[in-house]
Amino acid sequence: MSQTPLEINAPVLDLNSVIADPDTRIIVCCGAGGVGKTTTAAALALVAADQGRRVCVLTIDPARRLAQAMGLTELDNTPRAVQGVTGTGTLDAMMLDMKRTFDEVVESHSDPERAQQILENPFYQALSSSFAGTQEYMAMEKLSQLRAQADADGRWDLIIVDTPPSRSALDFLDAPERLGSFLDGRFIRVLTAPARGAGRGIGRLLGAGFGLFANVLTKILGAQLLTDLGSFVAAVDTMFGGFRERAVATYELLKDPGTSFVVVAAPERDALREASFFVERLDDDQMPLAGLVLNRVAQTRMRDLSAAEATVAADHVAQTSPATASLLRLHAQRQRSVGDQERLAQRFIGAHPSVAIAQVIALPEDVHDLNGLRQVGELLVGADRPTSEEN
Amino acid sequence: MPDPDDATTPDGNDWSEVMLHVVSGKGGTGKTTVAAALALALAHGGKRVMLMEVEGRQGLAQLFDTPPLPYEETKLTVAPGGGEVWGLAVDPEEALLEYLEMFYNLRRAGSVLRRMGAIDFVTTVAPGLRDVLLTGKAVELVRRKDKDSKSPYDAVVVDAPPTGRITRFLNVNTEIAGLAKVGPVRNQADSVMNVLRSPHTAVHLTTLLEEMPVQETIDGVAELHDAALPVGGIVVTMTRPPQLSDEDLELALVDNLPRSTIAAAVASAGLGSARSKQGRGITDALLTEAHDHATRVRLETTERDRINQLGRPVYELSFVPGGIDLAALYDLAESLRQQHMA
Repeated sequence: MSQTPLEINAPVLDLNSVIADPDTRIIVCCGAGGVGKTTTAAALALVAADQGRRVCVLTIDPARRLAQAMGLTELDNTPRAVQGVTGTGTLDAMMLDMKRTFDEVVESHSDPERAQQILENPFYQALSSSFAGTQEYMAMEKLSQLRAQADADGRWDLIIVDTPPSRSALDFLDAPERLGSFLDGRFIRVLTAPARGAGRGIGRLLGAGFGLFANVLTKILGAQLLTDLGSFVAAVDTMFGGFRERAVATYELLKDPGTSFVVVAAPERDALREASFFVERLDDDQMPLAGLVLNRVAQTRMRDLSAAEATVAADHVAQTSPATASLLRLHAQRQRSVGDQERLAQRFIGAHPSVAIAQVIALPEDVHDLNGLRQVGELLVGADRPTSEEN
Repeated sequence: MPDPDDATTPDGNDWSEVMLHVVSGKGGTGKTTVAAALALALAHGGKRVMLMEVEGRQGLAQLFDTPPLPYEETKLTVAPGGGEVWGLAVDPEEALLEYLEMFYNLRRAGSVLRRMGAIDFVTTVAPGLRDVLLTGKAVELVRRKDKDSKSPYDAVVVDAPPTGRITRFLNVNTEIAGLAKVGPVRNQADSVMNVLRSPHTAVHLTTLLEEMPVQETIDGVAELHDAALPVGGIVVTMTRPPQLSDEDLELALVDNLPRSTIAAAVASAGLGSARSKQGRGITDALLTEAHDHATRVRLETTERDRINQLGRPVYELSFVPGGIDLAALYDLAESLRQQHMA
């Protein structure tokens, strides 16, 4: 029985063409938490590999079950081969280790002695391992590392990256600007001044307001924290320039036509609202959007039997066949869910009529193995969709 | 029956000692809705409750159908019996300036700090500091006293970051304590942690009856527990009662529902005779849907068992068809009250 998607009035997102196109080198999946973003990234990666691509999928904080489904006991910062790809392609999977990635940046941007200093600084340790927000930056850092490796040794021709489950997932788009305003600001000079031995001359350097400022910092942060922070910023000062260059390069890489952004949503009000936010944000930055994946779409097996008809029929047979009445009410409930989802999707489409949409029907159970993942992937690329000849 | 004299639940409410309710949950599990319903339920009968949003999504404004909330305590709605729910969408930059003012009487320093790029640094470049400000604000609301030394709010409900980030979010002040060995920052961090770890705080988690959200809930409970943060209740959202009897569910699962009886009933309802293409199509569709439904119910039963094994109080909120509006929110609040969450 063919599965009926929502009847919506939007262009169809053909992900099969996206992954089949050898010019597609990067796919970025973004969207609110809980919409199946990580699974989408992994499933798309598997199908692309099945079709002969050499794929690396970078996941952020995946459920343990997803790693198991790919036959890996655990996912870590090193890409590991997934067994069971059909055909000539390959699939490597990894999970972002925020701290490890940050450490690698430090190590590659400074000499060993300075790197050691930074790695041992308490402020760095907190920043790199515990603070939220670092994840967004490190995901992009890892992406550019993977891409550099792919360019160097040809190990991968497609990198699929998942993003952190929050609205700030797109914070990395702001990274060049933020780092810029921070680096060009005087704040960093104040922080680094003591370590540079500028001493009392600093007041002249910074002009009016500094006395107050220095007092504020000392008062709030305390002398010891200020020293740690100062020596941290001084140590990474030289590295920050590299950071900014990297951020700019990654930004350009994302804008490249070889990149495709896929926004993932569930047909629910909040998830679609977040999807709108992502679509608009990507559009503002002229990022190449492939389209929207609408996940976990409700389906009914008999679209022509409306909720109202089913309810009337259910009342009619309530006495003679209570079981049939229950089945008809169940059908009515599903028809209503489908109708609700169509209205919500249509509202999104009204605001973004040109965004192509791929629908994935809700599966009764989660993915437990590679075949389950493949099933999701095939739904994504529309392998189940009847072709025009069959219609 | 709970003992009416039981000191821990004087009014039959499971969390009567708690002043700070932190509501977290995997994305898409109805965290914001539950936070709002809980605030309404707590406000029932004349209480004043603050509902605080920290993620800048303006989810509360959408839910209560008001214009975007400013960084200002705003009355959102009234609860039955004269209670009030107030709302606050915390803006990290404003929170920082307020923090400076409150602790150091330094609000004027704000413009200098902004010119120097320090505010950018605190609120964006080092986003962890954002969490320090947000948790600090929640604790300030809990501890605030008016001129009669009374708490202006009877309870504070925080629509917090999702389960995957909640422990890090609440624990951020421990990190600060690791950085600042002494001084006012250290004192502030310690006092925030004292409140967050006290019996006056409870971290509630919302979940759906699906494998991944339930697993995340189980992991979240373990993480909170390891961080010595007080785990509250589990709120299972969007539940739907089974549409078939237990017996029929079992039959549906193995595709053994009596096809001919159903086909006859479909025909008698005028939907198409048992032999017609239409009648057969409808019967097939109903049987397939019954199988889908039975599979789903079985999965939910397994997941419900896993949640119950956590040994935490569990509350259930039914699915609301057509989306959550203010009327639905009142219904959900009443349901939480009936279940003694508030």
